[in-house]
Amino acid sequence: MKVNENSYLNTQAKKIRNLTIETIGKFGVGHLGGSVSIAEALSAIYFDAANVDPKNPKWSERDRIVLSKGHAGSALYCALALKGYFDISLLDTLNRNGTTLPSHCDMNKTTGVDMTAGSLGQGLSAAVGMALAGKIDKKDYTVYCIIGDGECQEGQIWEASMFAASRKLDNLIVLLDNNKMQIDGLTKDINNIEPLDEKFKSFGFNVYSIYGHDADLIAKTIKKAKKVSGKPTVIILDTVKGKGVHFCEGQVSSHSITMTEEMWKSAIKE
Amino acid sequence: MTDEREMRQVYTEKLMELAEKDDSICVLEADLMKSTGTAPFFEKYPERSFDVGIAEANMIGVAAGLASCGKKPFCASFTPFITRRCFDQIAISVCYSNLNVKLIGTDPSIMAEINGGTHMSMEDIGIMRSLANMVIFEPCDSAMLSASMEQVVNYKGPLYLRLFRKKAEKVFDKIDNFDLFKGIEISKGKDCTIIASGIMVARAINAAKTLKKEGISVGVSEIHTIKPIDKDIIISAAKRSGAIVTAENHSIYNGLSSAVSEVLSEHFPVPLSRVGINDRFGEVGKAQYLSEVFHITENDICDAVKDCIKKKKAKK
Repeated sequence: MKVNENSYLNTQAKKIRNLTIETIGKFGVGHLGGSVSIAEALSAIYFDAANVDPKNPKWSERDRIVLSKGHAGSALYCALALKGYFDISLLDTLNRNGTTLPSHCDMNKTTGVDMTAGSLGQGLSAAVGMALAGKIDKKDYTVYCIIGDGECQEGQIWEASMFAASRKLDNLIVLLDNNKMQIDGLTKDINNIEPLDEKFKSFGFNVYSIYGHDADLIAKTIKKAKKVSGKPTVIILDTVKGKGVHFCEGQVSSHSITMTEEMWKSAIKE
Repeated sequence: MTDEREMRQVYTEKLMELAEKDDSICVLEADLMKSTGTAPFFEKYPERSFDVGIAEANMIGVAAGLASCGKKPFCASFTPFITRRCFDQIAISVCYSNLNVKLIGTDPSIMAEINGGTHMSMEDIGIMRSLANMVIFEPCDSAMLSASMEQVVNYKGPLYLRLFRKKAEKVFDKIDNFDLFKGIEISKGKDCTIIASGIMVARAINAAKTLKKEGISVGVSEIHTIKPIDKDIIISAAKRSGAIVTAENHSIYNGLSSAVSEVLSEHFPVPLSRVGINDRFGEVGKAQYLSEVFHITENDICDAVKDCIKKKKAKK
């Protein structure tokens, strides 16, 4: 598999990743592993696929983006800042008293966040509701929803998926960050959710399984998904938890990690 | 006297009437459309009616998503399933997100009758009352439901409508100038005031009549919105009669009586006696039988009034 590391989208992904490491690093602790594992997905959504206007964040025709794995809020805030929703300096307030950037996403606090999430499984149902509203209003916006593999242990993911397919919500694209880890260990050891592709297929989804650290490939796959009618899509992203952070890449401990200044600075890549 | 029409008929008719002018109103059901009585809405507005199947948690989340796009979703199920079954979804996706979702819980408490303990929620008001941003509304009869629906639809934010779905005992012929957030002073009494909600309002009125024959002057105040509660009506009743009895078809923990006693103890402490379900789960039976089993009959209200007046006298 050949990844063009210097393409526009992969450069944006690198910026999201670096900024996420810096933002969490400056605070000293945070959900680093599952944030950096979605840098490419966020780049593909915000810098290619999504029809959004940072100057008009509540625009009724916009694509909706739901980060159902709300603990990766830091990465989302970095993507939003880079997209121009707010000034990058705001990132320094992450998790500090009175901030508008809380660890888990909050639609009423952060400009550009479409749905509150943090209690896992709930964001996907909300995304389904948004897709349903799009169908009622005959609007042609797309709803993007990022979920985690561990999150798929929540029954609500499957309630929402069953209903999305049942209602033929082809305006819903789910991106599944399959980093194969959760807080207590490897997902396959804790409560195995594989085979994810077959599960989603049997639930009536259009399914793609792709490498998750190539923003160009993700963007290309989203374009394919948008041509599919009558079915929601899930793009299962083969990712690595803690991707690109040398001291915790591929480690279960990356879920929430404490960092010294020396550590986070050493992880920033040019 | 019993109402001419079932509460669920009135609910659906009013919602359909309002939906003619407001195309943001949506109805969501979780396989209980027939029980809630919303089938006519589904027929008339198929494009904004959704039966999500037996998946209440997802229904709440879908409603939150719809609301975030400007819709006004009305989600219904039996009281235990719309409240305790999806508490976290309501807490996070609806209340914490402060989205405009309406929850309809039917068959409150003993009115689940022969569905029994599993379907009998004595604690739904308590569950909802603990959530910031949540409004709790329990109409006492069809006239009130009819008068209230426009305000319910236009209230922007989470609201729990606790709905007895069959024919209620008639309390009001018609209500003019209904205010969702103000209780109704039905009568005044100098010895004691009964503050009642839901099906207990009609019983409180009868109890007051019975007591009057015994020379006891008892007022009745109706409270339909338990959160935020109308403090003024409680305080003025306490000042006037110096003794309060609460009557509710709910646990005496965390429901109307808790809300009333909070107001009294903070603003105007007077003796209080409570008629409600005393820390028990439900069981099968008809409403009359269950009312006796759980001590929420008209006679129980009369006894509570006498008990409260005794406490008032002892205080002097």
